[in-house]
Amino acid sequence: MEISLSVNGQSVKGEVEPRTLLVHFIREQLRLTGTHVGCETSYCGACTIHVDGKAVKSCAMLAVQANGSNITTIEGMADGDNLHPVQEGFWERHGLQCGFCTPGMIMSSAALIAENPDPSEEEIRHGIEGNLCRCTGYHNIVKAVEYAAATSRGETPPPAEWENS
Amino acid sequence: MAATTSALGGVVKRSEDPALVQGLGYYTDDVNPPGTLHAAFVRSPYAKAKILSIDTSGAMAVDGVRAVYVGSDVESLGPLPAQVAVRPRPLMPTASVAFAGEAVAMVVATSRAIAEDGAEAVRVDYEEQTPTVRLKDARDGDTLVHDDAENNMVISWEAGPFGDAEAIAATKATIQAAKDRDDTVSVSLEMVNQRLIPVAIEPRSVIAEWHKGYRKFRVHTSSQIASAVAGAIAKVFDLPNSSVHATAPEVGGGFGVKLNVYPDEILVCYASQQLEAPVKYTESRREAAVNSIQGRGWVATATMTGTRDGKILGYELDGIADMGAYTQNFTAAIPFLGLFIGSGQYTMPTHWKIDCVLTNTMVTDAYRGAGRPEAEYYLERIVDAFAREIGVDPADVRRMNFFEKFQDVVTPIGFQMDTGDYAMNMDALLEKVDYEGLKAERDAMQAEGRLVGLGLSTYVEVCGFGPSGLVDLGFSWSEYNLPSAFNGSGLLKVTPDGKATMAIGTGPSGQGHQTTWAQIISSQTGIVMDDINIEVGDSKSSPEAIGSFGSRSLAVDGSAAFEASVKVVEKAAKIAGHLLEASAEDIRFADGAAHVAGSADKSVTWAEIAKTAYQPHLLPEGMEGGLEAFAVFSPGNATWPFGTQMAMVEVDPDTGDVELLKFWTMDDCGNVISPMIATGQVHGGVAQGIGQALFEEAIYDDAGNLLTASLMDYLLPTAASLPSFDTDHTVTETHVNPLGAKGIGEAGTIGSAQTVVNAVVDAVASLGVKHIDMPLRSRRVWEAMNEAKGA
Amino acid sequence: MYPREFEYVSASSLTEACQMLADNPGAKVMSGGMSLIPMMKLRLLSPELVVDIGGIDGLGSISDNGDHISIGALVTHADVAGSSVVAEHATALGQAASMTGDVQVRNRGTLCGAVAHADLAGDAPVAVLALGATMVAQSIRGSREIAAADFFVDTLTSALEADEILAEIRVPKRAGSSAYDKLGRRGGQTDYAVAAVAAYVEMVDGSVADCTVALTGVGTKPALAAGVMEALRGSSGDSDAIAAAASRATEGVTLLEDLYGSEAYKGHLAEVFTRRAVSAAVAG
Repeated sequence: MEISLSVNGQSVKGEVEPRTLLVHFIREQLRLTGTHVGCETSYCGACTIHVDGKAVKSCAMLAVQANGSNITTIEGMADGDNLHPVQEGFWERHGLQCGFCTPGMIMSSAALIAENPDPSEEEIRHGIEGNLCRCTGYHNIVKAVEYAAATSRGETPPPAEWENS
Repeated sequence: MAATTSALGGVVKRSEDPALVQGLGYYTDDVNPPGTLHAAFVRSPYAKAKILSIDTSGAMAVDGVRAVYVGSDVESLGPLPAQVAVRPRPLMPTASVAFAGEAVAMVVATSRAIAEDGAEAVRVDYEEQTPTVRLKDARDGDTLVHDDAENNMVISWEAGPFGDAEAIAATKATIQAAKDRDDTVSVSLEMVNQRLIPVAIEPRSVIAEWHKGYRKFRVHTSSQIASAVAGAIAKVFDLPNSSVHATAPEVGGGFGVKLNVYPDEILVCYASQQLEAPVKYTESRREAAVNSIQGRGWVATATMTGTRDGKILGYELDGIADMGAYTQNFTAAIPFLGLFIGSGQYTMPTHWKIDCVLTNTMVTDAYRGAGRPEAEYYLERIVDAFAREIGVDPADVRRMNFFEKFQDVVTPIGFQMDTGDYAMNMDALLEKVDYEGLKAERDAMQAEGRLVGLGLSTYVEVCGFGPSGLVDLGFSWSEYNLPSAFNGSGLLKVTPDGKATMAIGTGPSGQGHQTTWAQIISSQTGIVMDDINIEVGDSKSSPEAIGSFGSRSLAVDGSAAFEASVKVVEKAAKIAGHLLEASAEDIRFADGAAHVAGSADKSVTWAEIAKTAYQPHLLPEGMEGGLEAFAVFSPGNATWPFGTQMAMVEVDPDTGDVELLKFWTMDDCGNVISPMIATGQVHGGVAQGIGQALFEEAIYDDAGNLLTASLMDYLLPTAASLPSFDTDHTVTETHVNPLGAKGIGEAGTIGSAQTVVNAVVDAVASLGVKHIDMPLRSRRVWEAMNEAKGA
Repeated sequence: MYPREFEYVSASSLTEACQMLADNPGAKVMSGGMSLIPMMKLRLLSPELVVDIGGIDGLGSISDNGDHISIGALVTHADVAGSSVVAEHATALGQAASMTGDVQVRNRGTLCGAVAHADLAGDAPVAVLALGATMVAQSIRGSREIAAADFFVDTLTSALEADEILAEIRVPKRAGSSAYDKLGRRGGQTDYAVAAVAAYVEMVDGSVADCTVALTGVGTKPALAAGVMEALRGSSGDSDAIAAAASRATEGVTLLEDLYGSEAYKGHLAEVFTRRAVSAAVAG
């Protein structure tokens, strides 16, 4: 089946089987391999992308369901050489280790901040509970999102913990 | 996007991150050469069965299926190479299966979807047999895991001290005498340290391409030990090591599950050779659960005997550890790593014995901590129970029985520890958290009827393996055509452009090695960090490497990076001195250049030094061309980090639901090279220990089916189920390496499960609860409270 | 993990979708796909035809229709959780929606889809039950109304016929208050329910004039707690009355042990969460 959609601001067309999952279309046909697959029961969230502005798990969506939609993947977040504030936050606050959950985590965090510019720690933790991370214990991810939220609001983020010690 | 230069101990943003946060990192499943074929496996639904027949015709009839292979096709390649191969695993079994999920056929097709269609179309006739699943049945019962074996035992590890039967008998007598005294108390608990699934978020993936003309394999694999995988492939296919180039690109979490060689890594090579095309296999999450190694899986009874004022006179551990159906890389050695620290930080006589048995379940091996979390769990739970029994504060009992500050002390188990200052470390945490204040807070809440508890635990662990002599205990990398030693290695080369590349033997999976090794090299050479390139996880650049595991990379390979840097600087100083007409002793390296001490205007850049180094006619008389150094670092001992942790929890009296309110750590891993990265390791390690304490369990039913093969049922901690952590550290240097650094990768995990369980038991102790087996899901806690009330 | 091969049609109207279901007995209807797609990937379910109603216009709104709230087939959990009219008149449903899955699942998954899926541990079904909602099922034979109490037949089985689509859920705007409370698998209120209760209570002159209480996670299906409702009606609704009523939580319920609870524990939780949800509803 032929589908056409917008991915990271560009119109794309593709020929897919009905059973092709959106994540496989993105990874294998569009060669955007930043969106990862970590499970098959839509639990881990590594495949999170934005579809029409909302965070969704692209492993639980058929490519054909995305026909006509507007998609942003992790590769579409930075503006040229300028990282998105959430990407910046993850780098500044050591919000990643192996980096595998990171694209999905960043997509969820960006959607969270877009809806709630000043989230509390609890709101951040609930906002990313659909994204599993096995490396960080989430501690520095929370700090990364706080950093990104602050800079997105035009405020100075709180200092890193290691800057205090 | 430039990283900043910093000396050791400074905070440096990771050079790995810009690619990773943009989704531009390169993982194995992202490798897709044209014409790649995809493998899927047919897996046994039975834990133990005879294979009567396999009919592959249905699969071959599926459009797009290129080949189907079964056990007999690959039997001639031999079993899977393993270090301690007591019961080697076949690449694919021919006659019988020994665990549910064991692959009996491999289907290769033009897409993964078609390969799965093909796998579904393979018909296998089995004769189901009675599996052995439970540990006590495996050791004491009469069913066999493998029909051709006499029993299910693999090995029994015993110490007190290790390897000395006479001394062990004496220790047992000493402990018995203590028990027989009227003024002593013995506390005994049988406890389960449940099986866990490591769950690296990146499933394992491997792609192999056979280059027929050159007779070489090109392999990408999500491994912590790329050179060992290459060596294993070379051995199986009877090739020189140099004919297999294995690269681990970005590895999405390891935790031990990727510290192994798997049949699929060999089988895709075989298929690639047969089909003359790249062949890829990426496991699904379900396959990761049933077919990649699991961890823990012990049942043991801990007994502590001591006086009523808290002097411990004896500790005994007697138990069984689950090996699963075969022995892979380290399988049978994992409990031995627990034995190393069997007596913990304490001086008491210790008798420690763990029987390692086979079961008809997936193989166990190293999962973060690997034997040490189990050992510390039993010890620190029973210390806590003993303290509760005699009514002495658990911190006081610990302090009373710790080794005093030491260097090179031999433990009751018989191993020499490098350095320790345990009471100092524990007291640092107690002071920081205001222990007395916390206890008062807890007591006040308990008085209101709230089930709030405080849990304390301390740990010592062993990591940074070496020493090289470990091979004498039966660990041997030679099974993978590698040197039989536990070394670190690194080759530092300053290229003619004045920039540096280090090929180093580690296989990181998120630990920030590129950044940390560059920090070490920069601190010694003065080459700015942005000009230092690090190559890790590659069998071609580091053929001698044994990879990353056991919190060893910094202490061992990091030391090699340090020593190689020193050697390069030595030579560069001579060249710089020659160019600047100064003595080499007066050369100082900083900011990308060599400077003459005391003469601010006299300097020469690394680029100029390097350019000279590659033009021998410009070098001092007799000096060889080139600017590089290789260092093999062979430590004289492992390192023995230690620390203290504390947790505060609240239990819902109606439901048993546990809420983790606070968690504190005070680690001591010697010198810290990168505080940011080290703290990140603690966070992640603690989360995995808390995961074991509260949520995670690989549950097999009596038929040997894994009931928790998806993330719906294997419960990992989420962001919403954890608090933020309060971390800190003390510094007790080690003398076994030039960095003075121990390891920090596993410390968090080794200490944390028992910290949480101690806290929960503290919360409900007033109801009469003495112990609850992990994971402390609401059901277990409620049942324990109910049972105690009824008792 | 890939689904087996299947045919796919994106329907442009409900009428068209109903026709396709009628013409293809092996077909499955899909809205968000949050339940269907994972089951297809695990090859636990392999329909020959998937009829996607996700692109049909006009099914995605929550409307206040005077005496009831109408929730269309494509309204997501996130829509329900964020709706002020739901929060005001169907509190339990809003709470249940906010505790369903995670953000991404709530963004794609639909209320009607989840209700039609009839998971034995789902959040939405019990809220719908407790609020006395009406399910509007559509097929080529026309449209019919099914009371929530008659809708959940068994595990993953609803009263929908194979050719019917759950096109709308109507939640009556009633005088009382409702609440939802839950224990999740990881503790707290997130993830699948180990046990959860939705309660609707209407107090008149200091006594319980009407109530509906429904349980999920503890038995073979989302079910009404008939004994609790009988005991609570006409009572004072104070804590003793609630406790007495809650002690009858499992009457008529077939308790089901799973990895997260024995029958005894599930029964106990049914009582605890009945107490909590009813108390919250009374406090309104």
